[in-house]
Amino acid sequence: MYAQMIKSEASAEDPEKLAAFQARIDAGEKIEPKDWMPEGYRKTLIRQIGQHAHSEIVGQLPEGNWITRAPTLERKAILLAKVQDEAGHGLYLYCAAETLGVSRDELTEMLLDGRMKYSSIFNYPTLTWADMGAVGWLVDGAAIMNQVPLQRTSFGPYSRAMIRICKEESFHQRQGYDIMMKMARGTDAQRKMAQDALNRFWYPSLMMFGPSDKDSVHSAQSMAWKIKMNTNDELRQKFVDQTVPQAEYLGLTVPDPNLTWNEEKGGYDFSEPDWSEFFEVIKGNGPCNTERLEARNKAWDDGAWVREGLMAHAAKKRAAKLAAE
Amino acid sequence: MSKEWPLWEVFVRSQHGLNHRHVGSLHAPDAEMALKNARDVYTRRNEGLSIWVVEARHITASSPSDKGPLYEPSESKVYRHPTFFDIPDEAGHM
Repeated sequence: MYAQMIKSEASAEDPEKLAAFQARIDAGEKIEPKDWMPEGYRKTLIRQIGQHAHSEIVGQLPEGNWITRAPTLERKAILLAKVQDEAGHGLYLYCAAETLGVSRDELTEMLLDGRMKYSSIFNYPTLTWADMGAVGWLVDGAAIMNQVPLQRTSFGPYSRAMIRICKEESFHQRQGYDIMMKMARGTDAQRKMAQDALNRFWYPSLMMFGPSDKDSVHSAQSMAWKIKMNTNDELRQKFVDQTVPQAEYLGLTVPDPNLTWNEEKGGYDFSEPDWSEFFEVIKGNGPCNTERLEARNKAWDDGAWVREGLMAHAAKKRAAKLAAE
Repeated sequence: MSKEWPLWEVFVRSQHGLNHRHVGSLHAPDAEMALKNARDVYTRRNEGLSIWVVEARHITASSPSDKGPLYEPSESKVYRHPTFFDIPDEAGHM
C-alpha cells in the first residue's frame, strides 16, 4: 500500500449535486476527468494518486542500490526489468493525477520540497542481497493487497492505471519470493541472511497499510467515494494470513512471538508494529529519508539541462520545418 | 527556461487486424521522443505491433453535458438492430 494517511477533504457544494454524484458512484459508474466532481474528491485523489506515484519513483532507489551487485547476470537483468517497471508505474499514476488538473512538474516539486509524501517503507535501507528478496515478496506483496481492489475504484483514469499495474506487479512479488527460496535453501550464511531480511522488513511491511482507521471519518468518506476499498486493518489481516504460510514454506520464522492462528476468526492474531516508529519515519526521521530526497533532488537538478535542451531542440526543428514549407 | 514537456496520448495496436487502442499518456519534447518513450512505457511485454502518438492538445473531446443530445436519439431507434425483425424459421438462416 503506497498511499498512507490520506485525509479526505470536506466538500462544501450543492447537496443536490453531491447526492447525484454519490448515486453515480453507488451505481458503479466510473467518474471521468471532464465529469463534475466535488472539490474534496478531486483534492483527495490528487493527494492519494500523487503519493502513490511518488512511492513508485522513490521505490526504485532501495532496489537500484543492488543492480550493480546482483549475484548473477540473470538476477541483474530481472532486477533491472523490475526497477524499470516501477518507473512505468510511477508514470501511469502521474498521468492519472494530471487528468485532475495538476501538472507533472507541480507534483514533482511537491515531492522534492516535502509537501507530498511517499510510502514510509522506502525510508528503510537495503543492506544485503536477501533484502531484494524480502522487498519483492513482502513490500510488493503488501502493495498488491491494496492495488487489486483499487482496480475497481470510482475514478476512471486511476482504475485503468491500477489495472495495468496489477498485470505487471505479480512478476515483482514472484521474483522476490524466488530469491528468498534460493537463499532459504542455500548455505547457513544465506539462510541467516534471508531470516535477517525478514526480521527487518516484517514490521515496516505491516506499517505500509497505515494505522487502524476503522473509526476514521476520512476513511469513511474515501470508502463512500470508492477511492479506498478496504480498511487498513482488513488489508493488514489479509496480508498476514497470506504471508505466514509462505514464510513457513521457506522455513523462516516471522519475528513475532505473539503470532498464533485464531480458529474462530479464521485468521492469525499478530503484534502491531511500533506506531511511534511509523510516525517518526513519516515525519522525516527514518533511516533513509534524507538520502532518498537528496537522490531525487539531485536527479531532478542534474536532468534540468536535458529537459531544457530537448525542448530547445524541438523548437528549433519545428522552426526549420516551417521555414522549409 | 522552465517549460514542461507537452503531454502526448498513446495508442497501440496489439495484433494485426485490430484497431489502435488508447493505452495512456506521457510527456515528451517532440513526436520522435514521444514514440521512443511510448515504446518503453507501454510495450515492455509484447503489447504492441504499432504505436501512434498525438499531442493531447490536438484532441477535441465531446463534453459530458452533451451526453443527452448526442446519444439519446439512437435509443429510440430500435429498428436499427436486426433483432427488431421477426423472421419465420421457415425462411431459413438470415
